[in-house]
Amino acid sequence: MVVLDGVTRRFGEVNALSGLDLVVPANRITVLLGPNGAGKTTAIRMITGALDPHSGSVRTFGLDPSRHGEEVRLRCGVVSAKPALYDRLDGHANLAYAAELYGLGRGPEVDERIRSAAARFGIEHALDQRVGGFSTGMKTRLALARSILHQPDLLLFDEPTSGLDPESSHAVLEMIREMTDNGRTVVMCTHLLLEAEGLADTVVVMEDGRDLVAGTPVELTRQFWPGTVVLVAAENPQAMAGAAEIEGVIHVEPDSDQSRLRLHLDGEHRTAEIVRALVERGVRLVRVEPIEPSLEDLYFAVRTKKAIADDGGRQLTPNNSEGGPVTDRQRQVAALTGWPGSETPR
Amino acid sequence: MSSAQDRAGHDRWRSLNWRRVRIVARSDMRQLLEDKGFWMPMVLLGAIFFLFIPIVLLLSITSIGNVQVVSQMSQTLKVLPKAAQAQIEGQSDQGRTAYALAVFLLAPVAIVVPLTISTAIGASTIVGERERGTGEFLAHSPAHEREIYLGKLIASLLPGYLTTLVGFGIYSIVVNVFVGPEVGGWFFPTRNWWVLMLWVVPPFLALTLSVVLRLSARVKSTAAAQQAAGLVTLPMIGIAYSQSTGALFGADAAGLYLGVIAWVVAIIGLVRGMRAVSRSRLLGVADGV
Repeated sequence: MVVLDGVTRRFGEVNALSGLDLVVPANRITVLLGPNGAGKTTAIRMITGALDPHSGSVRTFGLDPSRHGEEVRLRCGVVSAKPALYDRLDGHANLAYAAELYGLGRGPEVDERIRSAAARFGIEHALDQRVGGFSTGMKTRLALARSILHQPDLLLFDEPTSGLDPESSHAVLEMIREMTDNGRTVVMCTHLLLEAEGLADTVVVMEDGRDLVAGTPVELTRQFWPGTVVLVAAENPQAMAGAAEIEGVIHVEPDSDQSRLRLHLDGEHRTAEIVRALVERGVRLVRVEPIEPSLEDLYFAVRTKKAIADDGGRQLTPNNSEGGPVTDRQRQVAALTGWPGSETPR
Repeated sequence: MSSAQDRAGHDRWRSLNWRRVRIVARSDMRQLLEDKGFWMPMVLLGAIFFLFIPIVLLLSITSIGNVQVVSQMSQTLKVLPKAAQAQIEGQSDQGRTAYALAVFLLAPVAIVVPLTISTAIGASTIVGERERGTGEFLAHSPAHEREIYLGKLIASLLPGYLTTLVGFGIYSIVVNVFVGPEVGGWFFPTRNWWVLMLWVVPPFLALTLSVVLRLSARVKSTAAAQQAAGLVTLPMIGIAYSQSTGALFGADAAGLYLGVIAWVVAIIGLVRGMRAVSRSRLLGVADGV
């Protein structure tokens, strides 16, 4: 659906994109994850041809958006970080403007389509009100309704839940999920990991205008955590001191709760053996829980790996002044992955 | 030129979709109509220049009577060019003074009003999209940069020009009501005024807007755009005022020739102005924005 190959783009002295490779599969939700300034918004602008790359190539629907911008943009629906609505116009006029620009024309059929799109996002009751008086949630819903008016093949959402309360965010994410059920392709940018969890079919972690990793959450989790992690808690945690010596335990990571440990095993089949071994060592277990790494774990793992690489492979320790501040989260993930710097101070 | 710029150039010069130009223009004008804070002063400005000032001046002259003041004003008409003097109608000093005032001296209103209104709209039109974030919507829309530019140009030009035309109609009635009896009946608009309104004013307006829209695309804020537009518009008003007055004072074809020159310069300005609108400027990420 979309292929970006080695795309670069500068704004003055700033490199917004520095060789971005991105492949967006059809009928899936691709989530671009990354901190502010990672290049997510610029990537979306490249996909529609709103901006041209300085080098590299962009193909959307197999077309070059720089050359076939109109054809590409007619098939895209975009919701930007700011809803980009005309405050002086009412909701209906905003949607009617978009409908006309996208070639739908005017008339009862278009009015019906506007009502239908608005109803889908629960905003039909406010179509005759000025957008200037809308809440942030209402504006986002209207912007979402506008993005689907012309029934685009590709939907591009740039932080669509920005500024929304949790309830509205959840509703918007549900709506985005429904989009792909109807055969559409969605690209969504966010720096909120929780909202990407469970929504993303494909994850692309970006930083400094580059893609760090890309793949399905399952693929990436397997890639970063090929083993199994089990959380064990005991009434007598001191008895777990020798857990690292048990066969099948690769790594032992202390948990924030002193009574618990995270055991990294070389396979899921080891869990029962480890439990038996711990019990034989006199450990009074109260909890054994396999841990599935979350998207948040994945995100921080990827970024920590990059931080280590940027640091020339040196140890990520709290005293590492050259590598910049090392957060507790980075140390935690480094420990989870067993990379350099995983030694957590006891 | 890079390959990306080549490709952008190819897209830039594809055929124009006038329907989209109309859509952009209509939406912009609708927003203006929805903003009472904008159109009320616009109407007031037109009323001051086309209604109140002419009524006060013409009523003063026609009702003062044959006093020395009017006589002295009548004498000053001798400084007008011969061609203009020859056009002045009226038997009495009162009538000749009122005629000259109505036909020659209030000509600037035909320039000041549309330029002021259109400049105010045009200055904020592109930078305003950027400031409100709606530039993002336009940048991702299928509308071409030229279509957006022309739509915004029309949306800036029409309110000023239409206000002027309506004001011109009202002004014609005022002039004919107050001066008509002095010169033997309704006489306004004169032929030169028709030429001025329909042939000379529009290109001056278009030329000024081509500059103002370029500024609007380049500056960082609406406030900066208004300031810069003011600097550009003042000399434009001066030039347009002197030229339009000259068109009224001059011989029969002077206005027509002036109009031709103004149209040529305006078209060059408009074509050059089109290049100022780019998607990166709508998004606010162009160098220097």
